[in-house]
Amino acid sequence: MSATLSEATPASFVPHPIRLTLNGSVRELQVLPWTTLLDLLREQLDLVGSKKGCDHGQCGACTVLRDGKRINACLTLAVMCDGAELTTVEGLADGDELHPMQRAFIKHDAFQCGYCTPGQICSAVGLANEGRAQGSAEISELMSGNLCRCGAYNNIRDAIEDALPLCQQTGGES
Amino acid sequence: MNPFRYSKPDTLQAAVELSSANSRFIAGGTNLLDLMKENLTRPEHLIDITGLPLADLSETPSGGVMIGALVSNADLAWHPWIERRYPLLSQAILAGASPQLRNMASTGGNLLQRTRCYYFYDASVPCNKRSPGSGCPARSGLNRIHAILGASEQCVATHPSDMCVALAALDAVVHVLGRGGPRTIEFADFHRLPGDAPDRDNQLADDELITYIELPPAGFAEHSHYLKIRDRASYAFALVSVAAALELDGPVIRQARLVLGGVAHKPWRDRAVESWLVGQAVSRETFTAAADALLQDAEPLAHNGFKVKLARRAIVRALSEAALVGGTAR
Repeated sequence: MSATLSEATPASFVPHPIRLTLNGSVRELQVLPWTTLLDLLREQLDLVGSKKGCDHGQCGACTVLRDGKRINACLTLAVMCDGAELTTVEGLADGDELHPMQRAFIKHDAFQCGYCTPGQICSAVGLANEGRAQGSAEISELMSGNLCRCGAYNNIRDAIEDALPLCQQTGGES
Repeated sequence: MNPFRYSKPDTLQAAVELSSANSRFIAGGTNLLDLMKENLTRPEHLIDITGLPLADLSETPSGGVMIGALVSNADLAWHPWIERRYPLLSQAILAGASPQLRNMASTGGNLLQRTRCYYFYDASVPCNKRSPGSGCPARSGLNRIHAILGASEQCVATHPSDMCVALAALDAVVHVLGRGGPRTIEFADFHRLPGDAPDRDNQLADDELITYIELPPAGFAEHSHYLKIRDRASYAFALVSVAAALELDGPVIRQARLVLGGVAHKPWRDRAVESWLVGQAVSRETFTAAADALLQDAEPLAHNGFKVKLARRAIVRALSEAALVGGTAR
């Protein structure tokens, strides 16, 4: 990909080397400055769990964790993630053991089409790490950055409420 | 998004020296990258300032707080000093954007976000802010979300920030660094009214970088309230917002701050109304009179006349909450 682009772009637009920890593995990569983290994950690293919904930070389908905090991968430049520790939905499970938040989403049937689900789950894990949400009303408010066009909100909220104590007992999961 | 050069300087001086008319500083990137994806902004060079030492809060000698420009909106809203001493600021920040965006967006960047006027965001139509002299379709078009105060023939856009409404009420000071050295700008002077140059949102020069936002000691923690009215319960820009802060001596107002968001090209602060409130007793009549005075020069457009009534009620309610319930000091 970078070979093709280097023919089409002036020499001053050079790929930048970055080193980051992605789902527990150290990765050394070359990225063009205008590549978003979401495009890096999906197009170059075949991690297609994170979804491109709106590509403008409005829907939350691209939510991933950077140093334990939830962010929109679509509004993040990959080159600015040099040195970061990133977790996508693919990195939440421990081997075959699903993350407590993933188990809660299954238990509560917290999805219909599933497109927003990776972002919802990463956002919910970020919410658990923040330790701010007390009760269902605050969960709803603090999940406002994740839209679900199927309208599975009630089950999503119930799943998160169920899983929060488990996530916080284990000190959260980055 | 257009191709661009990327630099990540280590020092403030290097960042300022790298800047040019065609460069932009980037920190959170939440608004800048969105504008670049829409081809509304096409910088040739992005200067990544996230390596600069501007990510902390510190206390000032006078007892205020100095906020580094790189402190994220979430870290600022949930910082114990801000929650306890400046609850108005915490409330305003948490009323805006989403948790993901608040984790990314920086304090300095929040000041520099552009209007969400839908004509500004649509590159296929004219816009004096985007393309000076091309015209303003909002003035004669759909203008339900637009300004009722301080607008010009050329521009009726509103400033989108909640945080800035609280910072205006708290008399914050913006510290900037340019090639000519550092300077400070009173918050109320930082953003501009559109006048005949709506392309300029604020007073910053091309080479100037926001370094700190300084809060004076007075945080109005006992009696302050941020009220935001929007089209849905969360994650939407304000139709009208009010930052109200009072210092009371029994029922008598000793000091008042009153700033509106969502109604003008900048946070709308009316010092004459604030002065009039001093010495008045807390009452519904007092607050209604203040609201009427603040809104007497409102000039609604075809579709936003409702904002005048909404703002009047929101002012009365925010001042009442501030006086009677107080802030969320903990």
